[in-house]
Amino acid sequence: MKTKISNNQFNLNTKKMKNLKITALALVAVLAFSSCSKDDNVTPPVNENELITTITAIYTPQGGGTTVTLQYKDLDGDGPNAPVVTVSGPFAQSKTYDGAVTFKNEAANPVINLTPEIITEGVDHQLFYQKTGTLNAFTYGTAASNFDVNGKVIGLQSVFTTTGVATGTLKITLIHQPNKSGVNVAAGDITNAAGSTDAEVTFNIEVQ
Amino acid sequence: MQKRNLTFFLFILFCTSAFSQNTISGKTLNQEQAPLIGSHVHIGKRTVSTDSDGNFIFKNLSAGNTTIHVSYVGYQSIDTIINIKSDLRLDFYLKQNTSTLQEVLIKQKTSSLNKSVLEQKIKLETIEKYSNQTLGDALKEVAGVSSLKSGSTVVKPIINGLYGSRVPVITNNVRLEDQEWGTEHAPNFDINAAGKITVIKGATGLQYSGDAVGGLVIIEPISVKKDTLFGKTILNFDSNGRGGSISSSIHKGNNLGLSWNALSTFKYIGDKEAPTYVLSNTGNREANFSGDIKFTGKNYDISSFYSYYKALIGILSASHTGNVNDLYNSINNQVPAVVNDFTYTIKNPKQDVQHHIAKVNFNYHFNEMTSIALQYSFQLNKRLEFDVRRGDYNNIAALDLELKTHSLNIDYKKNLHDWSIKSGVNTSFQNNYANPATGIRPLIPNYDKTDFGVYGIVNHDFSDSFSVDAGLRYDFSKIQATKYYQKSRWDERGYDNEFSDFIVGDYGTQWLTKPNFVFNNFSFSAGFHKKLSKDWDCFTNISFASRNPNPSEYFSDGLHHATGIIELGDLGLDKEQATKLAVTIHKKWNSFSLEINPYINSIHNYMFLTPVGFETTIRGAFPVWEYQQTNARLSGIDIQTHWNITNQWEHLFSFAYVNGKDVVENQPLIDMPPLSVNNKIKFTKKEWKELSLELKSEIVFKQNQYPNNNFNTNIISNDAFVSVQVDVSTPPPAYHLLSFNSEIKFKTFKKGVTTLAFTVQNILDTKYRDYLNRQRFFADEIGRSYQIQLKINY
Repeated sequence: MKTKISNNQFNLNTKKMKNLKITALALVAVLAFSSCSKDDNVTPPVNENELITTITAIYTPQGGGTTVTLQYKDLDGDGPNAPVVTVSGPFAQSKTYDGAVTFKNEAANPVINLTPEIITEGVDHQLFYQKTGTLNAFTYGTAASNFDVNGKVIGLQSVFTTTGVATGTLKITLIHQPNKSGVNVAAGDITNAAGSTDAEVTFNIEVQ
Repeated sequence: MQKRNLTFFLFILFCTSAFSQNTISGKTLNQEQAPLIGSHVHIGKRTVSTDSDGNFIFKNLSAGNTTIHVSYVGYQSIDTIINIKSDLRLDFYLKQNTSTLQEVLIKQKTSSLNKSVLEQKIKLETIEKYSNQTLGDALKEVAGVSSLKSGSTVVKPIINGLYGSRVPVITNNVRLEDQEWGTEHAPNFDINAAGKITVIKGATGLQYSGDAVGGLVIIEPISVKKDTLFGKTILNFDSNGRGGSISSSIHKGNNLGLSWNALSTFKYIGDKEAPTYVLSNTGNREANFSGDIKFTGKNYDISSFYSYYKALIGILSASHTGNVNDLYNSINNQVPAVVNDFTYTIKNPKQDVQHHIAKVNFNYHFNEMTSIALQYSFQLNKRLEFDVRRGDYNNIAALDLELKTHSLNIDYKKNLHDWSIKSGVNTSFQNNYANPATGIRPLIPNYDKTDFGVYGIVNHDFSDSFSVDAGLRYDFSKIQATKYYQKSRWDERGYDNEFSDFIVGDYGTQWLTKPNFVFNNFSFSAGFHKKLSKDWDCFTNISFASRNPNPSEYFSDGLHHATGIIELGDLGLDKEQATKLAVTIHKKWNSFSLEINPYINSIHNYMFLTPVGFETTIRGAFPVWEYQQTNARLSGIDIQTHWNITNQWEHLFSFAYVNGKDVVENQPLIDMPPLSVNNKIKFTKKEWKELSLELKSEIVFKQNQYPNNNFNTNIISNDAFVSVQVDVSTPPPAYHLLSFNSEIKFKTFKKGVTTLAFTVQNILDTKYRDYLNRQRFFADEIGRSYQIQLKINY
């Protein structure tokens, strides 16, 4: 085999070089084109449909009387604005109140009621009621609608029985994927519930 | 062969006393008397190429014995020693190499220009041991490299205390995208595709980037230059995770004409197990392919490459926490909140990651000393992160990003006598699209980014024992994002004063903004390599790098589920600038070698994430962490030794220490790797089927230098709120791990070799947690595992 470098070969190479230059130019053009083709159609803002902005607990006294509404509203979700907490008034003494909690997304338009979703996915949700101070304990409502398909409590309904004057706080926690068979979890003890917190709100409560 | 000659030649030459100056000239010809144009003539340290008549000339040569080496592709080289006394005329007649074309055409391809830094290399046989693991695991072989983990599958390299955007990973000459943001983005790379891995500690790899404040990981694929065809299959089984992988590759080499490589890897692993429980939902799957085809001509080559990486990675169930109380419970209970039976199933949270790379290269060699390389590459990343969500949302990704990157590189290289020069330009365009269908405001917004860089590096050998290199790089970068800010967040961040001109639209509770930033950066590197004596080497390098804030540092805004914190970026961040001084002393005795590498890295405007307080949301209280800047100083030392005790026994030792300090606040930096000491004893016996036995001990000390970021939260206990401390700062205790590796080789087929390896990791089933694992709040590290590897070469 001859290894003399023939002119032929060089010509070939220069041709290759030319091809190369064309390829390079094409690539640059592609690049330039893709950088120019920046379209100005802006993606719409994300609809955070899943977001819980508002938790309302309505306590209705058995045998008539003034209902007490506890509401916790945080319209900017993870944003920095502080939530707005309202309590309509004090609880009366020596009464039994039936409580029902609802979850809403009021940042969406129209407003989304998330409560049915929680009921549908009852197996994966449980509410816990913790109190501090001299308040009596909050217990789960016993209606069948307060339980999931496995007969385990969901806890949207609660019962609060007042006796004398008392003050304290009520903390309502919605746990996603709790361990419903954990020790005392069925009785409303959050200690062994594991899971993750979807909502956690605290209200100041008075019994007068 | 030629390469070896050349190296040998460079080493044996000593600049002899230069009293008289002589000239040597002549011709190189073939046996038919035709001149060999562009053949190489080396005298001493100098090299010339012959002109169109085959002529060469060397002036000002010192008298004395010197080696002459003449080479031309396709011809047998001439090596001879002559005694120069006066001017000489020498004509060389080269004989044609008829048997095989053994010469390697592209000699300079992988050689580095940064001779003032001792690069750390991981060889193929070591890489193969990690066939079933990740790139991050393999990189820990290098002293001073540790890993930042999220669980056991998402592993990012840390070089001398720095990670993420500060450590670009270059694979096959392409800068890997989508591995920089957040700790849970690992490099999308199949370790089986690596032929050689080089770690450069510091910002000296200016041909790749000017922002490698921490260092560079450079991965080169397996490439075969001989005319041959061979294949390799590696089968792995791991008892921990009850799964394994299979990786097969075929390589067709050729020094002229067509050559190609193809590789595919599949991995299927179930839940990993800690010593006392199953790490639920930590399985993973991978399916990777890469292939390239190359045509090599006389003085050019053209190649195209494509690779596809797909991984499905389960994220520990217990690490999905809600608010501060959940985190407090997890840290205090020391047991994961969710432990299920072993399964292969991967549920939410999980990551579904895809990475395509396509590229074309063209290299042209003007002659053996001068070449130009062109490369166009395209990367497409699709990243889906699924979280535990209610109802149908569970099937919708919580984060859905699509990142496209085009880049074009032109590199020019020239070697001239004792000078070598490299320079080039890179330009790239990147687009990120965050799909709004997730129903969750994205952590990373839509953006367009344009980069342009130009560099020049020069190396000069003053003598055989002293060489100097210097490099300069300029980078232009422009980023334009489109992002919705909640008005409440915009005000809380105080953006209205400085950034109100970014606002382009009003969407009720949100501003539509188009933040826009432009950067002009310079970076440089300079240093020298001095041979103090035959077996003492000293490398000294100083480098200066600038890194721009990345999209997560600028734009993060919201709750980060993986960590249970609200992460806030800052539009007011400025670029980070690092000056690093590194020295490496290398000493070789007969059977012992020692390498000591102290360094100091002073970083102006060091960006880091730090806790600043709380925000109350409907989900309870969340700690708020924001990106801030300070001036930092990282100093440390890496030590490695290698001792060939006897022919059969070897000992390897490595030690790494780094101290990171916030010099403004005068406190330690967060997430600095603790002191680590590794010892390895290896026994090999060639006669016994190349038996190799290896026992490795890895000691990781407790990090005592950490900032206190603990905070308090209220929990209800006995009908009253009690304030408790959430300890997110205290590093876990020290740990010691032992591992064992054994290997034997069999001859199979005609020329094939089959290797059978058996490995035990964490022999003592030690229960431990690692400071640099983001899941240390939730679960222990993995326990003992038995691994079997079968490697077949054919």
